[in-house]
Amino acid sequence: MTFINYASREINCKIVYYGPGLCGKTTNLQWIYDKTNPGAKGKLISLATETDRTLFFDFLPLELGTVRGFKTRFHLYTVPGQVFYDASRKLILKGVDGVIFVADSQVERMDANVESLENLMVNLKTQGYDLLSIPYVLQLNKRDLPNVASVEEMTRLLLHKNPHEPVIEAVAMKGTGVFETLKGVAKLVLSELTKAG
Amino acid sequence: MAAPDIVMYEEEFNQIKQIISKLRVDANAKVVFLVDKNGQQIAAHGEIENLDTTSLASLTAGNVAATDGLARLIGEKEFSILFHEGERDNIHISIVAQRVILVVIFDERSSLGLVRLRVKKASQELNDVFSRIMSKVEREKQAAGTAFESPFAEITDEDIDSLFSE
Repeated sequence: MTFINYASREINCKIVYYGPGLCGKTTNLQWIYDKTNPGAKGKLISLATETDRTLFFDFLPLELGTVRGFKTRFHLYTVPGQVFYDASRKLILKGVDGVIFVADSQVERMDANVESLENLMVNLKTQGYDLLSIPYVLQLNKRDLPNVASVEEMTRLLLHKNPHEPVIEAVAMKGTGVFETLKGVAKLVLSELTKAG
Repeated sequence: MAAPDIVMYEEEFNQIKQIISKLRVDANAKVVFLVDKNGQQIAAHGEIENLDTTSLASLTAGNVAATDGLARLIGEKEFSILFHEGERDNIHISIVAQRVILVVIFDERSSLGLVRLRVKKASQELNDVFSRIMSKVEREKQAAGTAFESPFAEITDEDIDSLFSE
């Protein structure tokens, strides 16, 4: 649910990073936070356990600049990936404008990826959304590891939608693909606005 | 789309700003702000210079969402008021018009009783404003048929690329 403020000429969009535990959602946000100039970002809020596992969400507000005279703000959220935090994940999807699915490329995590994607579909549905129509980008993370599944294999498993959707290979630890992913979803969300109403 | 987008117009925005600034004075509060349930800040008033209002908005919405989840677990529809008491400052959170969150931060210069009383009155006024906004959005959509005039109708790829140019 995009929030458009005509009075202050602002537009706010909510992007959620989804994916199985330890796939690198927080790492994505951390990289964006580290590499954005201080004027464009707010504080990175991380509600995590003592062992740095996300407990509720991470949150990073980003101000990207102006489009057609409107200040464009993106609010980036991550969900807790661990299976038993499902109730929290549902809450964070509320009002989402675009989803980035961060998949762990390691072969042994394929089942976890598929399970998490199915969970995403169910949770989107309870909020009244459909994965097939919401702006969605698939990020294949950890491409630098030795035991990764092929892009074709992962796309086959994790891309249920039309073939135009962006699939981006990434190494979030080193920043590869991180901004490309964000840009991909931002583009989809903003072009969604062109057909608003 | 699950719920209609909130669109804020100048006229209603000014009314909202008036209501919350009056509430701040009446309740003797430090800060009053309004957030939508998704964590987007709508308006803020008071001593906000040293306050990270964006984070405050997001955490408030998370807080309300989590409490809503708790409420449903025990068979309640919602907890319409949350109150956090600190050593110096306190936070009073309430739901207005089913979709926005009104937050009042106050210290020993005020009291919970006074805040609750004033919030109640301001909530009614805000309720009216938000129902006007919703009917306005509806009207505009119907008037324009399917071609609801969006200011973003002509966004180009270049516009979006330029956002990421730095």
